[in-house]
Amino acid sequence: MNALASGGFWAFVGVVAGIYTILSLGLQLQFGFAGLLNFGQVAFMAIGAYTMAILVVKEGWSTWLAAPLGVVAAGAAGLLLGLPALRLRSDYFAIVTIAFSEIVRYVATNENALTGGSQGTIALGKVGVAAQYNGQWERFQARVQGWFGLSSKDVTMLVIVWAAAIVLLALVWLAVRTPWGRVLRAIREDEDAAASLGKNVLAYKLQVLALGSALAGIAGCFYAWQFSYFSPDDFQPLLTFFAWMIVILGGLGRVWAVPVGAVVFGFLFAGTRFLDFPPLSYLGGADRAYVRLIVIGLAIIGLVLWRPQGILGRREEMVLE
Amino acid sequence: MFWQLAANGLVTGSVIAIAAVGVSLVYGILRLVNFAYGDFMAFGALAAYAFNGPLGLGMVPATLLGMVATAALSLGLDVVLWRPLRARRAGFMSLFLASIGLALVLRQVLLLAYGPQPQSYKVDQYKVYVLGSVRLSEPQLITIIVATGAIAAIGVLLARTTLGRTMRALSDDRALAAIAGIHVGRVIRYTWLVSGLLAGLAGVLAGLVQSSFDPNFGFQLLLPVFAAVVLGGIGSAYGALAGGLVLGLAMELSTWPSLFGGVDPVYKPVVAFAILAGALMVRPQGLFGRARVV
Repeated sequence: MNALASGGFWAFVGVVAGIYTILSLGLQLQFGFAGLLNFGQVAFMAIGAYTMAILVVKEGWSTWLAAPLGVVAAGAAGLLLGLPALRLRSDYFAIVTIAFSEIVRYVATNENALTGGSQGTIALGKVGVAAQYNGQWERFQARVQGWFGLSSKDVTMLVIVWAAAIVLLALVWLAVRTPWGRVLRAIREDEDAAASLGKNVLAYKLQVLALGSALAGIAGCFYAWQFSYFSPDDFQPLLTFFAWMIVILGGLGRVWAVPVGAVVFGFLFAGTRFLDFPPLSYLGGADRAYVRLIVIGLAIIGLVLWRPQGILGRREEMVLE
Repeated sequence: MFWQLAANGLVTGSVIAIAAVGVSLVYGILRLVNFAYGDFMAFGALAAYAFNGPLGLGMVPATLLGMVATAALSLGLDVVLWRPLRARRAGFMSLFLASIGLALVLRQVLLLAYGPQPQSYKVDQYKVYVLGSVRLSEPQLITIIVATGAIAAIGVLLARTTLGRTMRALSDDRALAAIAGIHVGRVIRYTWLVSGLLAGLAGVLAGLVQSSFDPNFGFQLLLPVFAAVVLGGIGSAYGALAGGLVLGLAMELSTWPSLFGGVDPVYKPVVAFAILAGALMVRPQGLFGRARVV
């Protein structure tokens, strides 16, 4: 129970919620505004994180060059997946994207020479090197900590991640208010109608897929920095489902609902650690982890049944169908 | 080597095919991509394990009881989950997400009940049958025989019985079938029943072939099953059968060394999806699917 009182723990929960916000923002753009069913979002996060880590640790690149390239790689992967997959019906598309995310994880697990295999990025270089990347991020973090006089590294990370999240949220919020955003919504409501007005539906969908994937790539870089090293197991499909839950929890088709969903989800998920009363207190740690996921699963079902528009969603704008 | 791989492919393929039919039947009638199906399979495999291991029943009664237990679960979930969702006219997205939530719940309940350690059935893993140049373990041989029987039974059910015909009619055009006097609610219940039985059977067979399995193994099976369903054309039961066999054979044969050195076996699931992607380029509606008109 000590952790409940510790600021470090809640700062950590906040950092994770911020990373989830960026990841889920990509899904919100894709599904909430353009109606695309991407169930492979975690793959693009993995591509961003791995590209950054590999370039920094193995190729000796600067972090400030490798991270943007990771984001570009994630976006490009979205384009490459979209070119064939967007020809499919939406339910087929959903399945193919899950499959894609599992393929990425298989490759990351088995291509030891490229990714460090199942041991994760710690196997990319010498132990100390891999854990720290090249130290540039830590130096940046320390500088930010000094500028604002922040109390700890956790709090510094919290500030950095949420600053990035707010900038990205604002950019998406502005983007969906442009004529471009209106076309996306038209595609979401009626693809044929949008096409009949001369809009190139495929091109719009590809753009949205690439942008959403790039957002996942950004989330991947922050994830890599937060956890020092990571392995393919960090990119299970479960993470995509968490992101979906955040989007629906917050409300579909509303940009600022994403951080609300992420914070509520983050605190629910972390908070269930402290469900420490009988009969739960009789369970061991592993069993309690199972119970937490049961709660998440039931929450997904409950949302679909009773509040398909989410916390902040408007029924007129968009409801789950 | 080739024939050995082909035989292995037949074993893998027939398990995938049985499960793919179970997914496809439900999709055809309810437009529900059941993401929890892998966990239904794990449930069946572990239920049969409970009867076979701790309770000491033979493999045949244990399998049948496992299938019945899975069918009961499948029917029970229709009452508590899917029927309320139908009453709310939930669309594809809602149903898919609900099945993801259900998959999470089922898998964790199985983990709570059985723990994460792998289990095995009480069968002789080391008994080997030699047929020409092909060596099959006892579980593999049982799987081929049982799966052939099950696939034939599915074929007869769909093609020759009233239930099968009404199921296909519903999946073709629900409104028209209802007008023709088909009791939609009853057919839906039978569909869940058949789908549950198939999940149980496929789960037990997969558990036999893999020799050991844990509550997570359903999800690993699910992706090739989905690939088979999509390859065959979602909602086409015959397509799912064919898709499963094609993928099983392709996954095993891809490791054949004479074929450009063969693929590393860890990439077998990737081969399944590469084939799927290639096939969908040519026929976006799947091998047996029809292009959607509406």
